[in-house]
Order: sequence, then structure tokens, then C-alpha cells
Amino acid sequence: MENIKSIIEALILASEAPLVLEKIYAILPETEKTQIKEAVDQLIAEYKERQGGICLQEVAGGLQFRTRPELGDWVKKLKSTKPASLSSAALETLAIVAYRQPIVKSEIESIRGVDVGYQLKVLLEKKLVRIVGRKDVPGKPIIYGTTKRFLEVFNLKDLSELPTLRELKELHEQPETIEDYSNS
Amino acid sequence: MKEEHSTDYAIKLDIFEGPLDLLLYLIKKNEIDIYNIPVALITEQYLQYLKMIKSLNLDLAGEYLVMASTLIHIKSKMLLPEPEEPEEEEEEDPRAELVRQLLEYQAFKEAATNLGERPLLERDVFTRAAFLPEETEKSTATEEELIEVSIFELIEAFHRLVSRIDKKELLEIDLEKMSLTDIINDIMERLANEKNLTFDELLGEKKERWRIIYTFLALLELVKLRMVKAYQTSAFGVIRIFPAVES
Repeated sequence: MENIKSIIEALILASEAPLVLEKIYAILPETEKTQIKEAVDQLIAEYKERQGGICLQEVAGGLQFRTRPELGDWVKKLKSTKPASLSSAALETLAIVAYRQPIVKSEIESIRGVDVGYQLKVLLEKKLVRIVGRKDVPGKPIIYGTTKRFLEVFNLKDLSELPTLRELKELHEQPETIEDYSNS
Repeated sequence: MKEEHSTDYAIKLDIFEGPLDLLLYLIKKNEIDIYNIPVALITEQYLQYLKMIKSLNLDLAGEYLVMASTLIHIKSKMLLPEPEEPEEEEEEDPRAELVRQLLEYQAFKEAATNLGERPLLERDVFTRAAFLPEETEKSTATEEELIEVSIFELIEAFHRLVSRIDKKELLEIDLEKMSLTDIINDIMERLANEKNLTFDELLGEKKERWRIIYTFLALLELVKLRMVKAYQTSAFGVIRIFPAVES
């Protein structure tokens, strides 16, 4: 067990992108999946317990080492790059896409009450939003959804981790299908 | 009182994200129950705000005007006396649609704030630094300040190159292959396409001794004629050749 834990820890460190469980399963075919899951949970708990500078985080469906949020100001001094900042208009647009995806531009605009063409362009460029397809209605409008990158940037395990919207439940009776898009 | 209002709006000008945002602000400012909006008051304040934007000669987005007409429409509907005999279907509050819109927008505005407050990658949390690919290394190098290079440094670069090539090849000299003019023309043509080149790039794969010498001589000639400029980012750094006049 100790050994498996060490292997997994090494794999997470060496992985470029958040490491998905499937990859660990493939690398350790001899080991029971439940055993791997257990080891992962133990690792996460150990890092939490340690309260050090590194967190073992579940992001975008995988595992990744990240610096502790409270230490951001220090780590920033090391980095020359400026973080990509989003305007509140872009953030509002992104929030609507995230909660309502798949969604077309006109639907976003009816919620925000203003044109969102530019915001969508910015979000597409930053790879936070992607084109999912085209809606089968006259004009065939483009359908938008969030990307894996969105989950990575906003430190989310998956879309179901988004906090529930206040007062929206009573406004929209139809069941939300957010989970369906979590792995797309 | 009126004065005070308009300055209040002026400060807020930039931060409204649209008519719904402005309405939410007015509702909050007046401490109004969103489910029971006094349309007359809000419409008045809303129009006052639009007037002020106009007086400042700022572009007024069409959406603001649409909302103004919606507000006036609702206001006029509410002024109508209630029909004495209720119609078959119960008449909906004329404000209902607007309230629904406001609540929905408010919820997403909150969600956006929450998103922005999450520990963001590259802002609050960081991953292990990835190995820098060659490409980014190259791009940062060009961003560095350029230093003008003297003839001597060019000569030094030449020496370094010559010392690197295979001794055997040094013996194979064929003076007939190309003239200095050809090389000069070649360099100018490539510079016109590529904007800037290093000595190494100028030579490409063909590092025969004669070519190195000819290229070097051609460069010296071009520098002398002020047709090209040579720069490097630091002492002993890579020397980059630029066309003297941007074509």
C-alpha cells in the first residue's frame, strides 16, 4: 500500500495536466481500482493534514499539486507573468455559460440584457468557453459550453462543484442537466 | 438633492454592465423590495440617469433605451384602472416579467462574483512550473533589449563558427560556386522576408567554409553600406541581423 501511494504521488507530480484516475489504473493494472482510490484519498488527506505549501487538489476530473491559495502573494513574486484577468462583464457571461450550458448567444443576452459577442470572443480566446455545436433551429446558432481549462483555472473538480444559484430553482422548474456535461 | 444624485451616478457610470445592472443598483440604493417595485420612482431615476449619460456625450447603448421603453410601458399599464369585472384569466402583474429578469440576472451576477473569488490558477494558486519549450525561450529573447554589435563581435562570432566545423571540410574549397554579390542579394532577400536573422540562420545547413566566409564578407559589406544592422541581446549573445530600412 505504502508503495502504491508513493507511485501515485510521483505520477501526479510528473504529470503535465491534472492526472485522471484512468491513467493511474492503466499504469498500475495489477492493483485493484478500489485500492488505488483508497491510496489517492489517503494522499489527499495527508497533504491536508500537513498544512504545508502544497495542496493535492482534484481539478478538472484529475489530480494536481497546487500551491496553497493563502500563499499566492508570495508565489506571484516568483512569476513574471501577469495572471489573465477577466472583466466583470466577461465573468458574468462565463457564469451564465457555466450554469446554463449548452447555451446559445441569444439566451445569454436575454439574461444579461446586453450584447455578449465581444465577451464570448474573449472567453473563446482564453479557452474558457468552447463551441459545442450548432442548435437545430433556424439560423443554426452556435452552442457554447465551458472547457476543461475552465475547471482548471477556477479550481473546480467538475461542474457539479459549482455552488448552486440562488433563487434560480424556483424560477426554472426543469431539472438542471449540468452533470451531463462535466466530462465533455 | 438633485445635484447630489447626479454626482452619485457619475461615479458609477463605468461599472454598470447594462440596463438590468443599473436597475438593480437603483433598487438597492432605494432599498426597494424587488417583488414590489415602485415603477414610477424607478422609471424616473432610470431616465434621469440616461439623460446624464447623454449630457456627458457618452455612447448610450441601445439596450438602455429598450429598457426605458419597457419601464414606461409597465408604468402606463399600472396606471390603467383595474377592470371592474375580472377577466377570465387573472391578469398578470405587468412587472412580473421584469422582476423575473432582474432576479435571474442578479443570481448570475452573484455567481460571477463567486467565480471571481475562487482561488484562480496563476492568480492565487500555481501548479508546478512546466518545462519551458524552446518557442517561449525564443520569444523572450527577442523581447530583451537589443545592444548594437561592433565589427569585432561579428568577427568573433565568425571565429566561433569556423572553429566548430569539421576540419575535413575545411579543405574543400570551391571558389567558383558563388559570387559575393549573389550572397549579398540572397541575404537581402531573406531579410526582406524574415525581418531578422542570426548569422547561424543565414548559413542554414550549408556550413562549408567558403560559404561562411562569403556570408561573413557579405555581412561586413552590408554593414558598411548601412544596408543592414547587427544587434545582440547581451555580450557573447546571438547576433541578429536586421534590414536597415524596413521595406
